[in-house]
Amino acid sequence: MIKTRKQILEVQNTYNEAIQRGKARIVVCAGPGCVANGSPQVYEKLVAELKSRDLYTTVDCLLQDEASESGVTAVNSGCQGFCEKGPLVRIEPEGILYTKVQPEDVPEIIDALEADTVVERLLYQDPETNEVIAKEGQIPFYKYQTRVALSNCGVVDPEDIRAYIARGGYQGLANALNMSSAQVIEHILEANLRGRGGGGFPAGRKWAIAASQEADQKYIICNGDEGDPGAFMDRSIMEGDPHSVLEGMMIAGYAIGASEGYIYVRAEYPLAVQRLKKTIADALQYGFLGTNILGSDFSFTIKVKEGAGAFVCGEESALIASIEGERGMPRPKPPFPAVAGLWGKPTIINNVETLANVAHILDKGVDWFKSIGTEKSPGTKTFALTGEVENTGLIEVPMGRTIEEIVFKIGGGIRNGKEFKAVQIGGPSGGCLTKEQLGITLDFDSLRKVGAMMGSGGLVVMDENTCVVEVARFFMNFIQSESCGKCTFCREGTMQMLDILQRIVDGQGTLDDLDLLVELGEMVQIGSLCGLGKSAPNPVLSTLENFREEYLAHIVDKRCPAGVCQSLRRYVISAEKCKGCSRCARECPANAISGSVGSPYAIDPEKCIKCGACVTVCKFKAIEEVW
Amino acid sequence: MNNTDQIVQDADVELSFLSSVVKENGNQPAALIPILQMIQEKYRYLPKNAMEFVADALGLSPATVYGVATFYAQFSLEPKGKYVIKVCDGTACHVRGSSAVYDAICKRVELVDGKSTTKDGTYTVETVSCLGACVLAPVVTINDKVYGEMTPEAINIILDTLEKEGTNHDQNA
Repeated sequence: MIKTRKQILEVQNTYNEAIQRGKARIVVCAGPGCVANGSPQVYEKLVAELKSRDLYTTVDCLLQDEASESGVTAVNSGCQGFCEKGPLVRIEPEGILYTKVQPEDVPEIIDALEADTVVERLLYQDPETNEVIAKEGQIPFYKYQTRVALSNCGVVDPEDIRAYIARGGYQGLANALNMSSAQVIEHILEANLRGRGGGGFPAGRKWAIAASQEADQKYIICNGDEGDPGAFMDRSIMEGDPHSVLEGMMIAGYAIGASEGYIYVRAEYPLAVQRLKKTIADALQYGFLGTNILGSDFSFTIKVKEGAGAFVCGEESALIASIEGERGMPRPKPPFPAVAGLWGKPTIINNVETLANVAHILDKGVDWFKSIGTEKSPGTKTFALTGEVENTGLIEVPMGRTIEEIVFKIGGGIRNGKEFKAVQIGGPSGGCLTKEQLGITLDFDSLRKVGAMMGSGGLVVMDENTCVVEVARFFMNFIQSESCGKCTFCREGTMQMLDILQRIVDGQGTLDDLDLLVELGEMVQIGSLCGLGKSAPNPVLSTLENFREEYLAHIVDKRCPAGVCQSLRRYVISAEKCKGCSRCARECPANAISGSVGSPYAIDPEKCIKCGACVTVCKFKAIEEVW
Repeated sequence: MNNTDQIVQDADVELSFLSSVVKENGNQPAALIPILQMIQEKYRYLPKNAMEFVADALGLSPATVYGVATFYAQFSLEPKGKYVIKVCDGTACHVRGSSAVYDAICKRVELVDGKSTTKDGTYTVETVSCLGACVLAPVVTINDKVYGEMTPEAINIILDTLEKEGTNHDQNA
């Protein structure tokens, strides 16, 4: 049981000293990407190899036995971020990063470790300069990042509470408990910590409202219902640094006078659920949860609630309904949850990343936090960088970086030397930004100005082979099936918009459809109660504005310039190459090919079923697929 | 509510199991979702009589339980197949061609008429919005085992292996 700050510092010092006594520490990434690529096998082999060479030790051994100085520890960490190059293995204290490591590479890695050298073939090689880079911090992917919410993710063993304490964990809580709750709120207000879930509402203002309510019980809810397709930041934090989420919740609880907290996690994240449950048990054992925390009057408990698969539950009032055991449907606001939330009591709902920032602010100070990012959006933001970009992965950058810097400097540009076309930000609530908008800075206000929004932080990069009309249809399909059905405009409007978009990608659209889409979109925005409906038309409206010519190509020319929409694929017989053998006409199951023997044949696009049979049988390669 | 007709009637639910689940979670309405989750985990779907039992135990109407069960995507009113194949159709997977992978699986296991489970009960094929493993896009999970960077060809090879090693995989899963 830890009761004082002094005891926290003791754990920190002993742990750090113990680690330094070992020769090295090998950190194997156990984030979702690396695990699927085989990192558990790498870890197993690593431990076996270390044991066979009599080098293996653990932190517990180092803590007990000061003599084992040649020992090497091996731990699994949360997501290290550079998923593209996984499985990742980092050697500390040097910070050497090995990429795409397979179990068979392990003996060589340990040979190098013993000889104080590196395995060059496993190091990162800069594709432009061909320079081999050994240290993680010098790889461009990492060099341009600033890690706050992810500062422990990929570094610590997420299941070892001492590792979190060793990195300065729970000192923010200790600081908070030394202040009055009003002072804690003042800190968060002054730091201008804005909600990382997408809306950007100042967390301190929410807290202040809840704190001012008179109630026998108040609640803190951590919103871990990360449902945006293309986003996995919150998952990485919950899996890779779960204690930071807990600590943030405790501080929030102290600030508003709540003694109970819930973490609402998506059902699709079983590992996060398991980790959070273990973390809560450990925090209870160490006395960071329970009664009279750190010798104060503050008491707090946390429960994990698993979602059951409904995107709308990311919305505050729907999330509350879901915890209460009901269908997750939003209700009108006000009253806001900060006034009347869970079981009608004042409730603060903060996103995972927002809470992960809280402890850092209380630990390192408001000025430190404000020195990062922009004036109106201080701090950092995590993003899941995916799609057609070279370096996919999990990143964190100061607010105010341009999209260009992220896609090209950190992301390394577009895969396979293709052209950048658009970047989709904010998932189904966001928009598509064009090449001309690459200079836009990523902060809450600039994005809102251009009709996009930060969302939770999915950045999906698209190249010339992505059809933005089809992407708009894709998002509308998602929203339409996730609409809870409460508001007519959202329920029926999204259905109609989806119908229209489907018509357009099928080549059946008309020019009137475009005006209708805008009109319907505006209606859905106005007539919906919650964020899901209010932002549902964003992907359509933003692509209509930025990529209108692509819609026109589908409607007027019946073409899909990106070559995606199958219905718009056509087959054409080249009059020059066709010898008039009639083979294709005989093969065509739809009788769509006509002509007379000896002269070029032609395909009737109306009758053609696009089976491609003619292409296969033509000996003269006279039939081409065109888009 | 014609849909209730589709609910399978003949499941052998064990009353002792249901009682223990209710006891573990408490009989407050707020316990409804965790209780349904445990039932779904055991039977791989929500048998009608189990939902009736839960409604009774929690003092809710069967319609309320049915409403919750049909609202959330996680719950199924039909038994799922031996292998549950989830094709991620999140943005990143979609952009990298998950539709072609989905089509290839449906064709391979002969799923027709918009059904998600094969007639012989071997496969259930469904799409999910995002599995959060976007860097491996397109992603497919088979009984929660993750397969990344899928193509129509690759998934066919995996299904070949699966069919050969059927029993082994079952044990691992």
